[in-house]
Amino acid sequence: MIAALPLPYPFELGFMQRALVAGIVVGTFGPLIGTFLVQKRMSLIGDGVGHVAFAGVGAGLFAGIYPLWTALGFAVVGALGVEWLRSRRRASGDLALALFFYSGIALGVVLASARGGVGTSVLGFLFGQPLTVDDAELVLILALGVVVATVMLLLRRVLFAVVTDEDWSRVAGLPVAAANGVLAVLTAVAVVAAMQVVGILLVAALMVLPVASAQLLARSFGSTLRFAVAVGVGSVVIGLAASRIWGLAPGGTIVLVAGATFFLIAAARHAVPGGIVTEGSDR
Amino acid sequence: MRSEARSAAPDVADALLEARGIRFAYGSATVLEDVDLTVRPGEFVALVGPNGSGKTTLLRVLLAALRPAAGSVRILGRPIEALEERGRIGYVPQRPSLAPDVPATVREIVASGRLARRGWFRPLRASDQTAIDHAIASVGLDGLAGAPIGRLSGGQQQRVFIARAFASEPELLVLDEPIAGIDAESQRRFRDSLVHLIDEHRAGVLLVSHELSAVADVIDRVVVLKRRVVFDGPPARLVAEGVNLGVHAGDLPLWLEGLR
Repeated sequence: MIAALPLPYPFELGFMQRALVAGIVVGTFGPLIGTFLVQKRMSLIGDGVGHVAFAGVGAGLFAGIYPLWTALGFAVVGALGVEWLRSRRRASGDLALALFFYSGIALGVVLASARGGVGTSVLGFLFGQPLTVDDAELVLILALGVVVATVMLLLRRVLFAVVTDEDWSRVAGLPVAAANGVLAVLTAVAVVAAMQVVGILLVAALMVLPVASAQLLARSFGSTLRFAVAVGVGSVVIGLAASRIWGLAPGGTIVLVAGATFFLIAAARHAVPGGIVTEGSDR
Repeated sequence: MRSEARSAAPDVADALLEARGIRFAYGSATVLEDVDLTVRPGEFVALVGPNGSGKTTLLRVLLAALRPAAGSVRILGRPIEALEERGRIGYVPQRPSLAPDVPATVREIVASGRLARRGWFRPLRASDQTAIDHAIASVGLDGLAGAPIGRLSGGQQQRVFIARAFASEPELLVLDEPIAGIDAESQRRFRDSLVHLIDEHRAGVLLVSHELSAVADVIDRVVVLKRRVVFDGPPARLVAEGVNLGVHAGDLPLWLEGLR
């Protein structure tokens, strides 16, 4: 067991510190991937892939295989499938997602229930159990964070070009299909590695909500990435602290903080003196 | 200066772009028939034609986005499919697929143009940064390099996409209707930046447009397309046939419509 750090309340206990570290890593790589996904108009792919991964969990439970591996296989195939449908114009991005999203969750429920009902272990994958993260899971999620950050650092320019102007990138000879494939696989791996720890809901939300906030504040793509990571990490720290202080569900609290941050920033942007007077005078 | 470039133009053997006998059909509808087109270094070629004449299809064939039923395209001396250094071709699309709300600065967009030349996996060096700055300055946007692209006017945005093409220091620049609906100031900047590219780098330019008045004085050759090439020669020959490219705006579009 990794020794507890001398942190103040509410992070003085080992389980809170492991949740904090795991959450900060997800709060960093979720928005990093998400900033590119949002530009690509694929904000919901994290959720869609999560539901395909859920089918993989069901398949693993059904076949008696460690569910994380089947979930990973399903998620990677699902993410590449959505990308294939989108890039070949066989289906629009959101329709491609919906196809995998609903089929995935239905298959997951059917397979898991065939093996004795949708138990708490399956629900754990959907909503996560941040407070029960053990050392092995912490190492897994830290390793994933390093992989995602390294790939993003190396490929950020080409990913930026491809997600912002795919047609031009193709004519310019950039590796469009490879870049989209890498982004899809990174999304799948990130969702699967994080889902047991923080849940599909949390990792998918952290891919989108901090980016929405960052877009309100940033002037450049670089600053969008930095603001998104700051909001992601901030939401994790505040959400975990609030959940400990008031005894709330940690995953849900973190997502609510990220969502509330967006509305606070949006309101602050509109809260110029003229705007407030106009709203008041309408009544 | 532009006439010097014309007189120094080498023969077809050194052509930047050489299309021969291009034929293309959508199902049973033939769109292009036996089309020849050549662009040489330092040459400014305008490709015009009435609506539905096959200009966009031809451009897509030249850029290898469509495969012709017959004929061949060679760019920089090689078949287009075998050309690996795509960064040597600059391309300015008619309608960029860039979302209007993308959180990116002018500099970030123009820098992507450098990837095509530099290699997408290599970090940008000082020389790349200089090329990016130079491209931004050449379209007159130096003061707006850090501005979010969404806050620029339509004409300024089009100049950003031209700068993105310039950033790769292309030997051949292909532009699809780049001046449709942009303001006079942006049109003047656009003309100057093309002249700069041709004179400084001896690049070849292929411009597809309905509206040539902004660049009429710098065009070397006009190619009129109506399924096949119906005219290919210097603007003076078109003028001799009573078609004016620029001074009396509207002459060329009217003449083109008469070809339909």
